Amino acid sequence: MLKIITAVISRDLKLAMRRQADIVSALFFFIIVVSLFPLGIGPEPDLLRKLAPGVLWVAALLATMLSLPRLFADDHRDGTLEQLALAPHPLGLVVTGKVIAHWLVSGLPLALIAPILGIQFDLSTEGLVAITLAILIGTPALSGIGAIGAALTLGLRGGGVLISLLVLPLYIPVLIFGAGAVDATVTGLGGEGHLSLLAALTFASLGFAPWAAAAALKIALE
Amino acid sequence: MLEADNLECVRGDRRLFAGLGFRLGAGELLYLQGKNGSGKTSLLRMLIGLLPPEAGEIRWKGATIKSDEFRADLCYLGHLNAIKEELTPLENLLAAAHLADEVLSEDEAMDALEQVGLAGREDLACKYLSQGQKRRVALARLVKEKRPLWILDEPFVALDVAAVNWLSGIISGHLQRGGLAVMTTHQLVDIPAGTVRELRLS
Repeated sequence: MLKIITAVISRDLKLAMRRQADIVSALFFFIIVVSLFPLGIGPEPDLLRKLAPGVLWVAALLATMLSLPRLFADDHRDGTLEQLALAPHPLGLVVTGKVIAHWLVSGLPLALIAPILGIQFDLSTEGLVAITLAILIGTPALSGIGAIGAALTLGLRGGGVLISLLVLPLYIPVLIFGAGAVDATVTGLGGEGHLSLLAALTFASLGFAPWAAAAALKIALE
Repeated sequence: MLEADNLECVRGDRRLFAGLGFRLGAGELLYLQGKNGSGKTSLLRMLIGLLPPEAGEIRWKGATIKSDEFRADLCYLGHLNAIKEELTPLENLLAAAHLADEVLSEDEAMDALEQVGLAGREDLACKYLSQGQKRRVALARLVKEKRPLWILDEPFVALDVAAVNWLSGIISGHLQRGGLAVMTTHQLVDIPAGTVRELRLS
């Protein structure tokens, strides 16, 4: 079981390394969107501190969306998805591997860059730690839920827009608890509760989403 | 070993075939023939379990094909090459073997690539290869393939004469080892094998 997941992860990471432009463009999208807000709002530290968690999270959601349409589309186009579906393992395990690989190249970099971007919003040290942790814990859920959308829209024309419509509403709980964790930490309430709920969302979506996505992929392959 | 009973295929509003059945034993080859659009590829996709038949049943060794055991015995080559353009031929072969849970050493993979005439190209990303060479990378999977059931969709497309002969030798070797093969083709290729069955879809 672990063998097939690691095989998929190592293949997808190798492919991502040969196509670094994709990773870098999503990361720069995140950086630019977040940086536009302080420039547009002006030097008002109180307002910026208040806006920071929401802005960072919304930008993270959108940056994750950017790479979702290609999650299965490339494999579908060249026929490797068929071969993955014919491997002697449940397809859900293969999708789990793809979701983890997607998080490693799209979610993890966001978490690593988030504390630097948070400085622009005059976040305190605790706030920076909280936003990093929240994005680190919450983004796997984004990849998992996104996989369902990517699988459902596979092979459709204009699938990219449709994915956003399908998936963004499902991202709302992650957004609420992710931004809430930072708010709660900054106001001194403690963000542990929010972070635990985020972790629960991540585990639930990593456990269930790949199987839902696998069911959608089987329909797309018919 | 492979049995199909009373299969029916409907695509959209059109019924492509109905009441189709066959039995295929060890060492036997089934040639699927028919015009474009007669349902050859649909039948193959039913046999590999990706397309559920409208009616009828397919069994492998007496059991349903909706199992990991069936897929562990199955090698499918579609009309798409299933190779990644960014990876080299060698990496493609090794990745495909890993994902199918097969053991393939680097030496065996190199040997397979040499047999398909890609020696010296194994470190070149597949996007730089020609159409025929990409097909050869896909076919190189068959060289070391030990799984008993091969399902091949138009395997001879885009190949030159020498490669066609080489491939028919590979398929015939597989049949002599007691394997089964189902294939579609528009070119009539003589494959030396014990039993060759033909199924014409119309």
